[in-house]
Amino acid sequence: MNSPLPNKPEGFLTKNRKSGGYLLKKRAGSFVYSLFRALLLFGLCFLIIQPILDKISVSFMAESDLYDTTVIVLPRHLTLDNYKLANQLLLYVRALLNTVWVSLGVSLLQIAACTLVGYGFARFEFPLKKMWFACVVLLIVIPPQTISSSLYLHFRYFDVFGIVKLLGGGNALNLRGTTAPYMLMSATCMGLKNGLYIFMIRSFFNSVPKSVEEAAYTDGCGTFRTFWRVILPDALPILVSCFLFSFVWQWTDTFYSKLFLGNTQLLSVQLSGLAERLRQYITITLGIPGGGSMAYQQQIISTGTLMVIAPLIILYIFAQRGFVESISASGIKM
Amino acid sequence: MTRTITQASASRKLRYSMKSRRAVSGYLFILPFIVGFLAFMVYPLIDSLYMSFCEVKLSPQGRTSVFIGLYNYVRALTIDPEFNRMLTEEFQRMVTQSLAILVVSFIIALLLNQKFKGRTFARAIFFLPVILASGVLVGIETDNTLLAGMKDLIANSNNFSMTEGMRTILMLTGIGGGVLDVVFTLIQELYDIVIASGIQIIVFLSGLQTIGRSLYEAADVEGATKWESFWMITFPMISSLLLVNVIYTIIDFFMKTDNEVMEKIQEEMVINLNYGFSSAMSWIYFILTIALIGVCTFIISKGVHSYE
Repeated sequence: MNSPLPNKPEGFLTKNRKSGGYLLKKRAGSFVYSLFRALLLFGLCFLIIQPILDKISVSFMAESDLYDTTVIVLPRHLTLDNYKLANQLLLYVRALLNTVWVSLGVSLLQIAACTLVGYGFARFEFPLKKMWFACVVLLIVIPPQTISSSLYLHFRYFDVFGIVKLLGGGNALNLRGTTAPYMLMSATCMGLKNGLYIFMIRSFFNSVPKSVEEAAYTDGCGTFRTFWRVILPDALPILVSCFLFSFVWQWTDTFYSKLFLGNTQLLSVQLSGLAERLRQYITITLGIPGGGSMAYQQQIISTGTLMVIAPLIILYIFAQRGFVESISASGIKM
Repeated sequence: MTRTITQASASRKLRYSMKSRRAVSGYLFILPFIVGFLAFMVYPLIDSLYMSFCEVKLSPQGRTSVFIGLYNYVRALTIDPEFNRMLTEEFQRMVTQSLAILVVSFIIALLLNQKFKGRTFARAIFFLPVILASGVLVGIETDNTLLAGMKDLIANSNNFSMTEGMRTILMLTGIGGGVLDVVFTLIQELYDIVIASGIQIIVFLSGLQTIGRSLYEAADVEGATKWESFWMITFPMISSLLLVNVIYTIIDFFMKTDNEVMEKIQEEMVINLNYGFSSAMSWIYFILTIALIGVCTFIISKGVHSYE
């Protein structure tokens, strides 16, 4: 009658004694392992974030703090002067607005075009399909630098088959510096990393069961309407994340921006020219020969960098899931 | 009899027209790509290939090209003092770095696949470089002259780095040599490697999440150790993603803006206006890249058989 209840809780020590020390060993092992893992991950995370933290601390320092050996992380003379100067040199507000507009427009165009193309590759059978898809892969692989010199001249003397000359326009148009060429390229999937977006969107559409469309077709829905009404709403998450990628990469891109948008003040271009402008400002306006000290220049540059990436970090904090989960969702496979 | 025949031919006709209608809509969907590819890829590609055999001169009316044969290629490979050196250096760096990136991203993906507190946060941080280390920021990020300059100013006396110290000690004992050199450069480039492996981590992670728990449980019942089930289950299941990551890593490396060769090509074009010469250099670079990707694809697809 006084046999123990079947599920009577036992103390850890009793359990351990019963197992002959195995339990304790296991517990300790897993504790050591998770400690090691935590340290490793913390170290690597710190490695990634450290330059940003460093820039933040430097950007609030006065110049004299840079030479003060006792100042390491926390600024002694807290100041916003660096931000004011960087703002002035970057033409921050105007460049920010330009960048937002250009990035928004370009990435909307790119994703719209890539969605159409990705859907076409995923769902339709047509002659030469394999060949065209090979071209998409080629598009991913070809460095844009290979064709940059030709594109540059192409838009410098823009004239499709001599049409402009034929109409009596005289010399060829100089489209360089306007946003038109890049918008044109974006609308035809030739922007930054567009092959990748086509690939991702196609993989996603491949994973959608065909029966969805067949049901729509049976109900008398046309091809384009099916795409618009039935397929597109389901694909919204992947499209949003491709859009985010496109937006962010466009934001930091200098290659296409310098090539085509030379006259539009964009943050990335302004930032890459910041060092030069700063040197001029120091030598000419402040009258210090040699452009000031290296440390001071770097301080202003890192302040400028922070100002350029701040909107991106805010975007990332809010839309983090959209970035990370897209790649898993599309299930990239060769 | 005749009725069935006409019916059959009618239905075949219908099916045919359905099929061709689908083909037409397919072409309509990919039309933007075709137009763009022909106008902004094929045409400039051929054009730049032609330019690479020419001396290109610019004038307000347009450009004139004089055919000079292989001179630009000869100049790039034999006369130019920098190009060869840069090319070999970049390729060496590419090989060591992409191997390191693959290993590191795989290990990090394994770690991030386990359950622990703050996992989402850690994932978010590892992915951050994909966004921040691109375009203009690459050049500024990797060029850590700020830190170098500051360090010099702040700590003139205390200029001792851990890895440097280890290195001198190990070098003096005479162990390793060449291998050690590679290891130490990798340690010093750890930042670059971690920064460049954001996408790869996510790709591996998504692969790891598709592996069912039941496989591991079965292996556990059969008495496999963790090590064995890693090599027997995890590695084969993930290997189809290896190719994706290898190709992505190589392409990513070659297109980075802080790449020396890219910088030189850009400089020749924008500053020196040597369009022919820069085209020739970029063609050499492009062909080498394609060849390398081809070789890697061949080796990996031979050595790895995917379980699907």
